[in-house]
Amino acid sequence: MSQISRRKLIVGGVATAAGASGIAVAATLARRHGLIPPDAGGLYGPGETLTYAAQRLLNRQSLAREFSRSQISEKPFANEVATMDAAFQRMKAGNFVDWKMTVDGMAARPTAFSMADIRSFPTTSHITMIACEEGWSYIAEWSGVQLSKILEQVGALPQVRYVVYRSYEPDTWESIDISEALHPQTLICYGMNGADLTVPYGGPLRIRIPRQLGYKNVKYITGLTLTDSLKGFGKGNGGASCEDGYAWYAGI
Amino acid sequence: MNATLPVVTGDAVSASTSSVPAAAAPKRHAAMVRVTHWLTTIAFFALLLSGGEIVLSHPRFYWGETGNVNMHPWLNLHLPSSRNTVPTGYGYVLPDQNGWSRYLHFQAAWLAVGTGLLYLLWGLFNGHFRRNLTPNRAALKGIRASIIEHLRFKRPRAEEAWSYNVLQRISYLLVIFVLFPLMIWTGLAMSFGFTSAFPLAVRLLGGQQSARSLHFIVTILLVLFLVVHVVMIVVAGFRARMRAMISGKMITGRADSPKE
Repeated sequence: MSQISRRKLIVGGVATAAGASGIAVAATLARRHGLIPPDAGGLYGPGETLTYAAQRLLNRQSLAREFSRSQISEKPFANEVATMDAAFQRMKAGNFVDWKMTVDGMAARPTAFSMADIRSFPTTSHITMIACEEGWSYIAEWSGVQLSKILEQVGALPQVRYVVYRSYEPDTWESIDISEALHPQTLICYGMNGADLTVPYGGPLRIRIPRQLGYKNVKYITGLTLTDSLKGFGKGNGGASCEDGYAWYAGI
Repeated sequence: MNATLPVVTGDAVSASTSSVPAAAAPKRHAAMVRVTHWLTTIAFFALLLSGGEIVLSHPRFYWGETGNVNMHPWLNLHLPSSRNTVPTGYGYVLPDQNGWSRYLHFQAAWLAVGTGLLYLLWGLFNGHFRRNLTPNRAALKGIRASIIEHLRFKRPRAEEAWSYNVLQRISYLLVIFVLFPLMIWTGLAMSFGFTSAFPLAVRLLGGQQSARSLHFIVTILLVLFLVVHVVMIVVAGFRARMRAMISGKMITGRADSPKE
């Protein structure tokens, strides 16, 4: 073995070891700071982790763009409207006074909120855009209660890392991390453009997360579960969309 | 008229990966150019494929902030769609492939951006852009002759194989410093997460749907570049040019030689 190739071998070995331990340290730090998404495994895990980690480092506090009243879309689009069952139709006929949203999991005071309870919180409104992963979009004024207020009310435990939310529609559930849940624009939403949220747009209750795509903004919310791990939910990757092959983090 | 491949002449020997330095012939392209070229190729095709698939779920384009099927598009591709909510005129709906398409699009985008940054830093540091890509005054004066040569599909002279001609230099600089950055900018301008931190990124483009439209237009320009790029390689000598970009090896005086 010549001098040069031995030197190359040593330098290469040290560089590889340094690179590998660098990645290991980065992974540990990333995990500690909540920068690893639940769908980090698998073929697209590296890209997804980079996207999620980079955005969380950039935007944990930043607000989605808000628009002026004149920019509210005259022609919004409700997307395909699910056919709801008879029980839902009965509640609709009764103006959804019987609608309940339960909050359980890591909460000091698990609660079942009625619509009246939810409306008794202070109302927050913002004029923001919603965009579907397909590429279309519209702007509307959304009104509701900040999710952070609900978490405060139920006494969310400090170890909560994710909020799992479920729809009245069967097998429809998603989750967000705690920073998105505590974000001031994240709403449990019951109003749109100054009126009650209609059924096509997710009424009576929809979660509104203006920094993420439409499929995370689930309609017909019936329950929230506060958790420190997504492992026990479905296949463990954090949502029905994710089980259908879509990215868990949809801040894009 | 070798409108084909990135060149490194000056630092060719130093960039050689050969373990027998004494016998090493100068490489047509530095190892960094060759590696980043093919990584970019992989990323580009992955982005094109997944981007095309994403477009099929809504093959309509709008200007401004918002756009949906209730609004008027400036461009309707009249393609079948993977969603039944889009009025396409076709009697069928394609299967939904957006899940893996979006995953792949972002993973490939990271590969493209990482590769691009590596190439950019390397090229700025060692003078690759100045030496190999910036056209000099004399070359700019010969631009008319060069255009005519290209339009006639004239095969380049052997000595041209070691350097880029003026049209090559201009088109590569445009791709590297205008089209790729525009692609990244318009892509990021569609991201709510990104624009929440940097709202100007989308406002300067005239809105989120404008960013989507521009992203599509720049894609078309890059695909046009790719088509011309490949045609020029074929004209200049496909096997020799591919070899120069893969192993870096050249046959002196026979740049377009197709054989060993």
